[in-house]
Amino acid sequence: MAALQSSTLDAMKKNQVQLVAEWTNSLEASGATRNLKDHDLKQQTSEFFELITSGLDHGNGQNIAAPGWDEIRQFLEKLSHSRALLGHDSQQTASFIFALKGPLFSLLQKQYKDDPALLAEQLWEISELLDALGMHTIHTFQKSREAVIKRQQEELLELSTPVVKLWDGVLALPMIGTLDSQRTQVVMESLLQRIVDTGSEIAIIDITGVPTVDTLVAQHLLKTVTAIRLMGADCIISGVRPQIAQTIVHLGLDLQGVVTKANLADALKLALTRLGLTVSKAV
Amino acid sequence: MERIPILQMGDFLLVTIQVDMHDQLALTLQDDLSERISKTSARGVLIDISALDMVDSFIGRMIGTISGLSKIMDAQTVLVGMQPAVAITLVELGMTLPGVSTALNVERGMKLLHERVREQ
Repeated sequence: MAALQSSTLDAMKKNQVQLVAEWTNSLEASGATRNLKDHDLKQQTSEFFELITSGLDHGNGQNIAAPGWDEIRQFLEKLSHSRALLGHDSQQTASFIFALKGPLFSLLQKQYKDDPALLAEQLWEISELLDALGMHTIHTFQKSREAVIKRQQEELLELSTPVVKLWDGVLALPMIGTLDSQRTQVVMESLLQRIVDTGSEIAIIDITGVPTVDTLVAQHLLKTVTAIRLMGADCIISGVRPQIAQTIVHLGLDLQGVVTKANLADALKLALTRLGLTVSKAV
Repeated sequence: MERIPILQMGDFLLVTIQVDMHDQLALTLQDDLSERISKTSARGVLIDISALDMVDSFIGRMIGTISGLSKIMDAQTVLVGMQPAVAITLVELGMTLPGVSTALNVERGMKLLHERVREQ
């Protein structure tokens, strides 16, 4: 297979300003420039063009994994990362590269209008290269998006498991959101660790913020309660709403030996009683 | 041969597991402890597993068995200082050790033992 002709490269360089302008226009027309500043876009397009011509200048060929394409790959990684943070979707990010095809192809058509065979060959070469670059962009875009999602998930997990100290020797864990296996694991670990750290005898798990209780959630709760008991502390479950109580009974779940209270206040009262403390009105 | 020491404190026996438990060690402990309870007619046994940071199903079962046998020999048993990781592992293995009393640390375990013995 023939490589890219130097005449193609020369034509690209000669018509750089026009190509970049057409490219930018078609990007704007396709709506891929949402949230982007004009100035940024212009800089990105011309920088990319510089990089691709200099890459071709060094005769690096079509293999974009080659060291000669390092710079352009880094540029694209940075670009797709910033697009991911701006909330662009994969199509918008990919069209950054693919929109260059239109202006470039019409340029080549003019250049080689007397030699169709050569035109087809050059088109193929350019198309291959741009496709590879586009694929690379999408790949890194996907990775950046995944990183963003993963970080958010972790933050959510951390946010939803605060263990609070209600009194000397009384810990409370207000659970918010659906309980799945992973969350239960995190919740259980952080609660048990806090019990060891503070030497608390009583832990209150408040499920007011748990929207539904099914058999799986109940099983997770029971596991946590058992683990707390094995460590030598007591556990009270509070915030059992009427609907949840009904569900539990309907499902025939057996919360064997688990102390449950309707609200957190009752649970705290019980905890204080167990610790031998009383709350009285100041006279 | 490696053995886990069993200390006597008045009416109570104190077992502190400071090394990684392996199967033979657990079996020896079971024998030793039953011997000692019958010899000293102890009223209570306190097992401290705060240094134990790994358990398998066998060790989990042994902990249950040891507590069970001391109970049969009329000695109240309290298991103290279980690590969070150990508790989670036991629960995941389905070993909830029903009927075993637990406490957070040795001090509270001792208090619990005294209460239990007084109740009797």
